[in-house]
Amino acid sequence: MPTISVDKADLWERLGQEYSTEEFDHLLFEYGLELDEDTTEEVEAAIKAGLPAERPQLKIEVPANRYDLVCMEGIARALRIFLGKGEAPKYKLVYPPGGESQLLTLKMDPEVKKVRPLFACAILRNVKFTPLSYASFIDLQDKLHQNIGRRRQLVSIGTHDLDTLTPPFRYEARPPKDIKFVPLNKDTAYTAEELMTVYESDKHLSKYLHIIRDSPVYPIIYDSEDHVLSMPPIINSEHSKITLNTRNIFIDVTATDQTKLDIVVNIVATMFSEYCEVPYTIEPVRVILPDGTTRISPDISERQTTARASYINACTGLSLSADQVSALLNKMALSSTVSPNDPDQLLVSIPCTRPDIFHECDIVEDAAIAYGFNNLPHKFPNTSTVAQSLAISKLSDIIRVEWALAGWVEVLPLILCSHEENFEFLNHVDDGKTAVKIANPKSLEFQVVRTTLLPGLLKTIRENRSHALPIKVFETSDVVFKDTSRERQARNERHAAAVWCNKTAGFEVVHGMLNRAMKMLEIPLIGNTDQKAETGYYIKERDDPVYFPGRAATIYYRPPPAKEGSTLEAIKQDVNTVLHIQRDVEIGSLGILHPTVLANFEIGYPCSALEFTLEPFKKEMNKIWTIEN
Amino acid sequence: MAESLQQLILDTLDAQSEIHDTRSLTIPSQSGPATSQEDQISILGALNSLLSRDMIIYETHEIVSHALTPEGSQIVDLGSHEARVWAALPGKGEGAPFTVPQLKKQVGDETAKVGQGRAFKNGWIGKEGDGFVKLVSSIEDTTKLELQEIASTGSLQAGEKVLADLRKRKLVVQRKGQWFTVKKGSNFSTSTAKPETDLTVDMLTSGAWKSSTFKKYNFDAEGAPTNGGALHPLLKVREEIKNIFLEMGFAEMPTSSFVESGFWCFDALFVPQQHPARDLQDTFYLSDPKEALRPEPAYYKTVSTVHEHGGFGSTGYRAPWSHEESSKLLLRTHTTASSAHMLYKLAARCRGEKLEGDAGEFAHGSSTTNGDVPDDGFRPAKLFSIDRVFRNETMDATHLAEFHQVEGVVADRNLTLADLIGFMRVFFNKMGIEKVRFKPAYNPYTEPSLEIFAFHPMLNKWVEVGNSGMFRPEMLEPMGFPKDVRVHGWGLSLERPTMIRYGINNIRTLVGHKVPIESIENSAAVMF
Repeated sequence: MPTISVDKADLWERLGQEYSTEEFDHLLFEYGLELDEDTTEEVEAAIKAGLPAERPQLKIEVPANRYDLVCMEGIARALRIFLGKGEAPKYKLVYPPGGESQLLTLKMDPEVKKVRPLFACAILRNVKFTPLSYASFIDLQDKLHQNIGRRRQLVSIGTHDLDTLTPPFRYEARPPKDIKFVPLNKDTAYTAEELMTVYESDKHLSKYLHIIRDSPVYPIIYDSEDHVLSMPPIINSEHSKITLNTRNIFIDVTATDQTKLDIVVNIVATMFSEYCEVPYTIEPVRVILPDGTTRISPDISERQTTARASYINACTGLSLSADQVSALLNKMALSSTVSPNDPDQLLVSIPCTRPDIFHECDIVEDAAIAYGFNNLPHKFPNTSTVAQSLAISKLSDIIRVEWALAGWVEVLPLILCSHEENFEFLNHVDDGKTAVKIANPKSLEFQVVRTTLLPGLLKTIRENRSHALPIKVFETSDVVFKDTSRERQARNERHAAAVWCNKTAGFEVVHGMLNRAMKMLEIPLIGNTDQKAETGYYIKERDDPVYFPGRAATIYYRPPPAKEGSTLEAIKQDVNTVLHIQRDVEIGSLGILHPTVLANFEIGYPCSALEFTLEPFKKEMNKIWTIEN
Repeated sequence: MAESLQQLILDTLDAQSEIHDTRSLTIPSQSGPATSQEDQISILGALNSLLSRDMIIYETHEIVSHALTPEGSQIVDLGSHEARVWAALPGKGEGAPFTVPQLKKQVGDETAKVGQGRAFKNGWIGKEGDGFVKLVSSIEDTTKLELQEIASTGSLQAGEKVLADLRKRKLVVQRKGQWFTVKKGSNFSTSTAKPETDLTVDMLTSGAWKSSTFKKYNFDAEGAPTNGGALHPLLKVREEIKNIFLEMGFAEMPTSSFVESGFWCFDALFVPQQHPARDLQDTFYLSDPKEALRPEPAYYKTVSTVHEHGGFGSTGYRAPWSHEESSKLLLRTHTTASSAHMLYKLAARCRGEKLEGDAGEFAHGSSTTNGDVPDDGFRPAKLFSIDRVFRNETMDATHLAEFHQVEGVVADRNLTLADLIGFMRVFFNKMGIEKVRFKPAYNPYTEPSLEIFAFHPMLNKWVEVGNSGMFRPEMLEPMGFPKDVRVHGWGLSLERPTMIRYGINNIRTLVGHKVPIESIENSAAVMF
């Protein structure tokens, strides 16, 4: 969310009233803004101490979709209307004295399609800036560049002293070596090629160079005398630079998408048209598009739409008449009238400064803000439903509680870990088919999503050296495996794992934890050569480099035969009953950890570990509501 | 011995009603009074044992006393070095004077060296030729006498100056000591039968418990540690919040998919494809696997059209649609990705499809369609989840790259914003938060959207505790929900209320491998 710094005295003047910090915080809160900071006290303290100080500022957080509020002019305008102290301005396009034929023109060269295809512009006539409003004008451009412009990638703005230029203008794209001009705040001319090097070390501009650097042609705007206006999205020219004394301003906007282009040119023009001799007027420009058609830019027309009082009432829980709703919308600078044909329908004009309104529901929200969220009646949804826990959560909780009852401590390490911790440290080789890998981690600690709970448990033991022995920790949580059969190419699996750390390794201790968990889940222990048992679990010696040789075992589970099924199923089952062993699935392992694994995790004491998946033990949830009548 | 000493003290007290000075006692099996410090220490042991049973009380007196060094003791036995030199020499004219080597041979090197000088100085011996002889016929060995006095009384009448000299000569050392004045205690008796510390099975069998006396229990000390296991504090808060949902009739949603596609995490929720939350700066994208399979084609088409061109009464974002952006795999940044998928499943019946899979886990509401209107397949639902989400953040005291999101969803016909606000009041009240207010906010997938602020009495200010809103029609209608179905959603982090609950400032002492196991073992139970 952008934070806007506003001159406090100036804002009070615009609102025609002074507010205490608390009152103003409340006003902003109701409107959906947040007072981040009031620097008054800070400034007063500085003055007292004899230090240099700025004028007191209010720092206001505005919602990321309200581009009309990212400058002081916009905030003051919106609040004045909200407070009923002013009407919403009607922005107007004003043609030059000679009419449409006298419009300044800009011609777009088809080459621009290769680099930055869209262009819009506007003219503000007879502007009078103050140092405050001039600073605000510069600041607004910066805010728009950062937010909707996504750091100038999608949209960028240039502003020029029109009186230094000779129209008509051209928006072209040329090879960088064929572009040469004196850029803003420099005194020599550079080719565009040279500028790429010059600005490489510029802290501010270097981050935008990548947007066009590798393009064979660079975007460039000229006047009829081949003065450069700007090279979007990097820099304006020194020649057409605006100052505090500039009276006639040419605004250029280039972009990669039409919607954002229109939003930006409209916001810049409407916000600062306030300072024109005739406030809220904008002179348009005729833009000749590459295909030869023309477009009058900017297009600040209002969008006409409708909203139903009944819909607004149904969504908010209010019971207002269309007139009442209309009054609320006026407070939000949305002018509306009740339709002559339908008393429920409002004809709403959406000004070009409110591109955040897409749908009737956005109008609902504005009406609700004007009414006051905190003034809405207290209601409670009468939706009647039955509560239910998820099967996997229940199962997980059973293991958690049983193991805690057994005297073990539950820990909560992170799910992301380094590649080494998940593979090499455990003496395992990454086959490339198992773990999900992260493309853009900020730290080596987050390279993969764990496929085993062991690294987290072992790191916990490492960090708890000073804890009395034995250390008995466990976790039941998810690991993630690649799974190409699924839409998301991966699946979570709920695991349970425990590690025992003591002066002796204690295989039998973690073995006991397995037995306990299975006993609580009523899974019988069966012999590892037993082919007859219907269901159960057993362990069998295993060869796995994470474990000490001869002290490791695989846990096998034989699920019970399916209850019902077709005849074919029944035959299949009969066959399987004979060949029980083939139904047995590997669900995990246990063993004494290999000394090299302990060394990798910097653990000086022997450890035994147990880990298995809980998924096969998940019960099917009961259908708690009969949907079918 | 200990018991006979205790008995002696009790008997003496019984006879005299007070023992003024414990140095006057004669410890059984010893011949004289207990004047030495060792004796007083034995007596102190007996006194403390009696004190713990309130049989006596006593006062302690500190004294400084002197004791002999081994050399001092030797002098008491054999005489001082100078006396020994004197004694060894012949009288004047009574024999050949002793030469120094002769003297050394007679009394030893050390004594000859030290004693010769002092005897000479005392005028006891004199030189004759190159040897020594006695000058006087009898001497008074003062050093020996002084040391004898110190040995028996611990002190010296002659005073501190002499004592200091003896200390300097390393014949005596100073010792701090104690003696005691003893009086009867509230439980005085002359019987020293040891009190019992605990009730035992033997006492029950023999009936001895009836006549035994029991040692006083120290009610100030802690009991024995339990050595039990412990559940993690964050998950204890999770359980408490889960209980709130269950008490309010919510069913838990499956959220077992950390990996999501751009489509389900953002597009399906009507988050624009150029939204900053989708930046590499904020979201973990996957390098392997990279791309999701395409979702159900008709739904995918509807979603992309609403974004790019609008529909369902919306203008849409009117920005170019990127299939690549939509199919990118990532780690979910919010569990709303799972909720979106659940809502899509919930709407299956409205689309005329059959429910599959875990449908029973959520489709649990009663039909709200009355008999007059044809059943459009919609069933209301109240759903919740609490699970892990991932953000590509730089870690600090309040941010980790992973945290738990608490999420609730209510889907029903004609739900209102007033219902949502009313519901939030009750929900947060159940979490112990009574004073709440609501701020209009922006969220790409809800409209209206609101942030919930709670008054924090400790910080004395309003703090944001959660986010909520009504899902946008652009999200719900492409799924197939009827127009009058509205869906509330809200979310909060699990870590934040937990940190407030346990007064934790640094999240790394709550989540992750650096958390001390002791802090897990000692974290209190949670009751909102």
